[in-house]
Amino acid sequence: MMDAPSLLPLQLRDVVFVAGHRRIIDGITVEFAAGTRTLMVGPNGAGKSVLLRLCHGLLTPSSGRVAWNSTPATKAPGTPRRQAMVFQRPVMLRRSALANIVYALQAAGYPRAEHLDRAHAALQRVGLVSVARHSARVLSGGEQQRLALARAWAIEPEVLFLDEPTANLDPGATHEIEAVIEAMHQAGTKIIMVTHNLGQAHRMGDEILFIHRGRIAECSPAERFFKHPATSEAAEFINGELPW
Amino acid sequence: MNGLAAATTDALELLIAGDAKLFGIVGLSLEVSLSAVFLACVLGLPLGAAIAVGRFPGRRSVIVALNALMGLPPVVVGLLVYLMLSRAGPLGSMGLLFTPTAMIFAQTILVVPIVAALSRQVVEDAWQEFHEQLRSLGVTRMGASITLLWDLRFSLLTIVLAGFGRAAAEVGAVMIVGGNIDGVTRVMTTTIALETSKGDLPLALALGIVLVAVVLALNAGAYVIKEAAERRYG
Repeated sequence: MMDAPSLLPLQLRDVVFVAGHRRIIDGITVEFAAGTRTLMVGPNGAGKSVLLRLCHGLLTPSSGRVAWNSTPATKAPGTPRRQAMVFQRPVMLRRSALANIVYALQAAGYPRAEHLDRAHAALQRVGLVSVARHSARVLSGGEQQRLALARAWAIEPEVLFLDEPTANLDPGATHEIEAVIEAMHQAGTKIIMVTHNLGQAHRMGDEILFIHRGRIAECSPAERFFKHPATSEAAEFINGELPW
Repeated sequence: MNGLAAATTDALELLIAGDAKLFGIVGLSLEVSLSAVFLACVLGLPLGAAIAVGRFPGRRSVIVALNALMGLPPVVVGLLVYLMLSRAGPLGSMGLLFTPTAMIFAQTILVVPIVAALSRQVVEDAWQEFHEQLRSLGVTRMGASITLLWDLRFSLLTIVLAGFGRAAAEVGAVMIVGGNIDGVTRVMTTTIALETSKGDLPLALALGIVLVAVVLALNAGAYVIKEAAERRYG
């Protein structure tokens, strides 16, 4: 799959998303390049999660364009799917941890012969080999989220979207999840992640996208964003002064 | 009340003696109703799942119609199947009227709406939880409906039982299309109706006891399986 042309950069042009009468995403133009970890922050209801879903292809923009460098966002027949998403609450099928990963590999279009090896390798990487045969739904919240990451990692996505993956987890589990995401980043996966946790954004972000009222209020390197935010909204948000 | 006590004693004697006629009737009943439930699941589960995850014009009307069909009166179904299978009917040449096959056919029609409507509800609830994840994995709606049916298999067991209860308990449809012919199409419910009107209460009561026992045993079994599965799979 490394021979295939890169999916990135991902370009959004004048993307608008309207639900009912509300413009949840109000004209966003942005480009996501390979390599860096992009963290989206912003108050509740700013449109972060919707933006992530528009990028991933779960939602279709009301107007504007979401364009990948190569193949469209949807899976072309015969080629493994190369983008994945991890949600705030992991959703597991009533089957073993291993079988959940095999299911994803099958859906992504990997040849049957590779399923078990890839699934085992993915469990190994997130430290869940010991529960491979356990039913996925009886695992703890932290384990399920690590399994969700393993499921995403198994298909070796070029881009991984994460929607507040640690929002429901304790600090220990959060740390483990962050370590796995970091390892995926090291392995070359583009990370695009929504978080509410500014500490996390600081720890993990190369680039910060500050979303406010459906628009990108600020897009800058993490260092600069936290030290010298360019907009007053961002400054207020960092200081915890923005009402939400 | 003496009549009831005496009939019960006689009924138990019939059961203990393993009365051949009685067990023939029980066997045919189970054969007809289990076959009908099997066919109804083959048709109804995919139908319910497809409606649950599908998006098509008229979907709401289909759901309302399906729910309404759950209350289909067995005698009406019996009458319709009778008209189709009778000599002059469209399927008359097959010679199926007054055979167990005709009874299976009628009961299948009765059970399909129950299986389809209830599984539609269960699968749709699960679809709410799963649809983003499954779409994110690149699963088609068709694939998702199969996945959800398998994932919900233990919940669907209850629906299958509801369908069996409907089939095993109805009299009207099998009476009309089967004809209640002794030794050929006589099942538990039609026998109970007939023997009661003839005054042979022990046989009627014995069959009643078996009917209730079968339904009870199946439900108990399903409950145990579901409990164990929930502990194991969460």
